[in-house]
Amino acid sequence: MLSKIATPVIAIIIFLGLWELLVWANGWPNFKMASPSDLPPAFWKYKELFLTMGWQTLWRTVVGLIIAVIFGTAIGMIIGFSRIARDALYPLLIGFNAIPKATLVPVISLLFIGQHDFNTILMAFMISFFPIAVSVGIGLSTLEPEYRDILRALGASRYTIFMKIALPKTLPEFFGALKVSATLAFIGTNLVEIVSPHGRGLGALFKSGETNGDYPLMFAVLIALAFLGIVLYYAVIFLERIFAGWADREAS
Amino acid sequence: MPEGTFAAVVGPSGCGKSTLTRLVAGLMTPDEGEVWLHGARVKGPRNTVGMAFQNPVLLEWRTILDNVILPLEIVAPRMPRADREKRAMELLEMVGLVGFENKRPSELSGGMRQRASLCRSLVHKPEVLIMDEPFGALDAFTREDLWQTMRDLRDAEPFTAVLITHDLRESVFLGDQVIVLSGRPARTQFVMDVDLPKDRTLDVLFTPKAADMLHILRDQIKIAQGREVEAH
Repeated sequence: MLSKIATPVIAIIIFLGLWELLVWANGWPNFKMASPSDLPPAFWKYKELFLTMGWQTLWRTVVGLIIAVIFGTAIGMIIGFSRIARDALYPLLIGFNAIPKATLVPVISLLFIGQHDFNTILMAFMISFFPIAVSVGIGLSTLEPEYRDILRALGASRYTIFMKIALPKTLPEFFGALKVSATLAFIGTNLVEIVSPHGRGLGALFKSGETNGDYPLMFAVLIALAFLGIVLYYAVIFLERIFAGWADREAS
Repeated sequence: MPEGTFAAVVGPSGCGKSTLTRLVAGLMTPDEGEVWLHGARVKGPRNTVGMAFQNPVLLEWRTILDNVILPLEIVAPRMPRADREKRAMELLEMVGLVGFENKRPSELSGGMRQRASLCRSLVHKPEVLIMDEPFGALDAFTREDLWQTMRDLRDAEPFTAVLITHDLRESVFLGDQVIVLSGRPARTQFVMDVDLPKDRTLDVLFTPKAADMLHILRDQIKIAQGREVEAH
């Protein structure tokens, strides 16, 4: 248990040490690359901003992710159960996913002018629902027919078969996709926060660091984002343990 | 097929044996003709059948006990949990899985999983048990063990059984009747009543009588495959 916490902590310390060494050895000034020792003062100086902005980024990301889970699962169910829907929707989904989301920022900010929270959540959702939809769809469409037959032969309804077999069987794939989506959602949130004028959240804090030439602040924001990403990732792992822990086998 | 008998169906591969199980189970409707079972026409799935496949298809997220209980959740939704567990444990005891009821399928060997799968197909006391090569993927010794388990289960609870198999020894050991299907399109080519004592042991397979029967079946399979039968 102790080594479970100690191992990643030591890895992070080694990483920070190498970073510090790199900056020191090259004699890089702050504006080229800040070093880890510059970061605590930057955090301390703007600690209240980090808390309020960090919270804004986090809640928008989580809300966007929750919508992505609902919508992605629904799409996944449709393409998982219906061949026609799969043939019709796949090209559209892949095409949509291939569009760089940064190009959509001006589109949605014109569509919903001034709705900063809404736009940010929308982007977090748009960038993160695809892996969920695909994995749920594949999970459902590759269900071995025997699994369905053991209940169908008894006259069970489609709904019962879905609840008792298809849904739990898809959960490991679903959580695999959710881990990818959780980090993607942060990218979506920050895209809008950085690009929108008068934005809020950590992205806006990054932007203001850039405007004011405060380079340690910019790096500090990046570290804060990485930290939030790790927190959300472990939250997903926690849920996975509860709902799909059975799929986890002891390595022997 | 008389009620309570055990029919073993053999035939060349690809002749439609698995399709037959799906028709009897009501999972498929025939293109032509009708399926009749116990004096009633099969129009769709009924809860009086049990199914077992080559793959045990246990649900990984349920314990062995909960896997065995699964059909009862559909067939007898009002049955109290304690009664369900009692019924499941009864079967698990018969197949020698007591002590494993709280394990997950991934913790059990292939033979044990197939035993659990048989318990699941019998837990709701089906009138008909349909098996599609349930012992096909097991090693020879485990398979023989399971034949004996199957025989004991039948002694304990009467049911009509249809067993699809590739193994002629299995068909003779377990069947009251062996049905040989011809190659495509499949027809009943040959029916043999197995005239061996009810409480047979594996030794029965080494008697001259069984050897004769196996020989006849072997020749019938060759005919079904469209190959020549040497004279003997």
